[in-house]
Amino acid sequence: MSTLYVNARLIDPATGMDEKGCLLTEGGVITAIGASLDAPEGAELVDCKGRVLAPGFIDMRAHRVDSASAAAGGITTVILQPDQTTVIDTDAVVERIRRRSDDTDTVRVYPMGAATRGMEGRQLAEIGQMQESGAVGFTDCRHAVSDSRVMRRLMEYATYFDALIVQFAEDRSLADGGEANEGEVATRLGLAGIPAAAEAIQIERDVRLAELTGARLHFALISSREGVEAIRAAKKRGVKISCSTAPHYLHLNDNALEGYRTFARLSPPLRTEEDRLALIAAVADGTIDTLVSDHDPRSEDVKRLPFGQAAPGIVGFETLLGLALAPMHAGKMDLMTVLKALTATPAKLLGLETGRLAAGAPADLVVFDPGKPWRIDREQFLSSARNTPFDTLPVQGKVWRTVVGGKTLHIGE
Amino acid sequence: MDPVSIKHILDTAEEYVEQNRRAQKSTSKCAGLTQINLFFENSTRTLMSFEIAGKRLGMDTISMSTGSSSIKKGETLLDTAATLNAMHPDVLVMRHADSGAVKLLSEKMDCAVINAGDGRSEHPTQALLDALTIRRRKGALHGQTIVISGDVAHSRVARSNIYLLNAMGARVRLVAPPTLLPKDVDRLGVEVSTRMDEGLKGADVVMMLRLQQERMQGAFLPSLREYYRFWGLTREKLAYAKEDVLVMHPGPMNRGVEIASDVADDIDRSAIEEQVEMGVAVRMACLDILTRKLQGAGQ
Repeated sequence: MSTLYVNARLIDPATGMDEKGCLLTEGGVITAIGASLDAPEGAELVDCKGRVLAPGFIDMRAHRVDSASAAAGGITTVILQPDQTTVIDTDAVVERIRRRSDDTDTVRVYPMGAATRGMEGRQLAEIGQMQESGAVGFTDCRHAVSDSRVMRRLMEYATYFDALIVQFAEDRSLADGGEANEGEVATRLGLAGIPAAAEAIQIERDVRLAELTGARLHFALISSREGVEAIRAAKKRGVKISCSTAPHYLHLNDNALEGYRTFARLSPPLRTEEDRLALIAAVADGTIDTLVSDHDPRSEDVKRLPFGQAAPGIVGFETLLGLALAPMHAGKMDLMTVLKALTATPAKLLGLETGRLAAGAPADLVVFDPGKPWRIDREQFLSSARNTPFDTLPVQGKVWRTVVGGKTLHIGE
Repeated sequence: MDPVSIKHILDTAEEYVEQNRRAQKSTSKCAGLTQINLFFENSTRTLMSFEIAGKRLGMDTISMSTGSSSIKKGETLLDTAATLNAMHPDVLVMRHADSGAVKLLSEKMDCAVINAGDGRSEHPTQALLDALTIRRRKGALHGQTIVISGDVAHSRVARSNIYLLNAMGARVRLVAPPTLLPKDVDRLGVEVSTRMDEGLKGADVVMMLRLQQERMQGAFLPSLREYYRFWGLTREKLAYAKEDVLVMHPGPMNRGVEIASDVADDIDRSAIEEQVEMGVAVRMACLDILTRKLQGAGQ
């Protein structure tokens, strides 16, 4: 079965292409790209009406698969974190997840394996066998690997497999028991603080270990100016590191906690306005490499609790594009930068063949209107829970179609 | 040690290989001399090997392990040395868990001291017996490509073999997971690889090292299963080496961890039992050479 997408603005961040044209898919792959293409017999014709056609988004950090919700957000590949009911720390679990993903019409799912057994930070997990079964990275998810010696061995060991190690950039001993960013807001609300230094300290230690071992290291969810500066300095020295943040950190500061709004309870916590601005600048200049949703559906049962007892987390799939484009609409970065952080860069870090528009590449596509205004409405979410602080927020940029392996999984208005 | 001394020891050992295969194995060459085996670390094969070697030369051998030592009562190593020295042994064979401990003790002893393994530093008689095994099977050491694979970081066997084999003109290659390769080990004059396929290419000899259980439980390696999968010596991996490759192991082996059973038991390629036999001969040669001036002194 073939489909011809016409009248599209083709953007491929892998090559920097941004031009009007057509794209043809046959079966599960892209077969041709050009200014004008003839439709083969029997091909479905999709008129994009000038909308952007880009590689489908690769979300490097999600805690649930929620396929319909991901597709509605333009996400074609979900990188599932290992913090599942059964921790993903053996090749058997990885294999089961990969097989289920391949056998069903859902978005693609690749798991990250635990970096240490049971994500306990003590013993190395079976990285080699998990990678052979399809794991694309290794992380202890919501916790940093604290013990320097364990982290060193982990990174040394990972070099053999050229495996990507993802570290949660937060020093545990400084963050333990913390509820919010350490600062004025936390003080006023009487919440236990987590200093931004906790992030910078973790980054700086692990950068040294990356230099010692030569491993590929990625820091998840940078949230502070200090964190950005530590990353920037390390990259300048030529260390092989990369990092991500989530759009909600570009959007909110810790004022969102006023009234003890547990939907704004996140890990790492929302920080100050100065931090928020530093993060936007860091995405714009490439210091922050990728944007992730950190999609984490949480039921009311664990959210409607006193702030300190409420679970951190936010749903992120369906708001990913709208929120990620906001700094672009504010003139702080261009569209190519945003899309690159959602497609080509994660594909490269994870070793995936998606994330690009090229003949022969898998037909994982998103078609969206970057300027279309809409209002976030949690009641409309397809996700398994609706914990978002962004309800009723007006944003611009909406997904029209999401295609995975040539199959259309989502059609919007 | 220089190549001439090494060759001398190996040549001497060859004679003892013959002697050990006879029904009448003992001589009275070293009669009247005293050999003390002082082992501060548990060992079966090395201790037995030295004890048998001494007895076959007619020496009075006394073996002492940590359990019965006054070290347990708080005596320092140097005091132990002085005490033993006062008993006038002619050879002291010593093993210790700390690198350099044998050297320290030897400074206080008037007799010859043989290092039977100190920490991660050296295990010279093991390297000699390995060399003898290779020389007998391959005809020479010079020009052979010899792979040492496994826990190089914690291995005294690896270090002694590197020094000896380099001195004899062999080409030494280390193959180990990145966590078990010590820093800058290439500076010891060896090739280094982390991959078995690449590392075993063209090998004449593969020496596997023993992996300590505690190293596999997550500290240096995720698991026994994963180690075997990527670094265990199986028939498939051995196919990268030369057809007539010789497989060696200092023992005791972990079957199904660093070496597959069918490889260890392959009579055409495995020299593992032969190594034990050469061990006795080499140790007899060492004891003989070191006590030569004292032999027959009373007669």
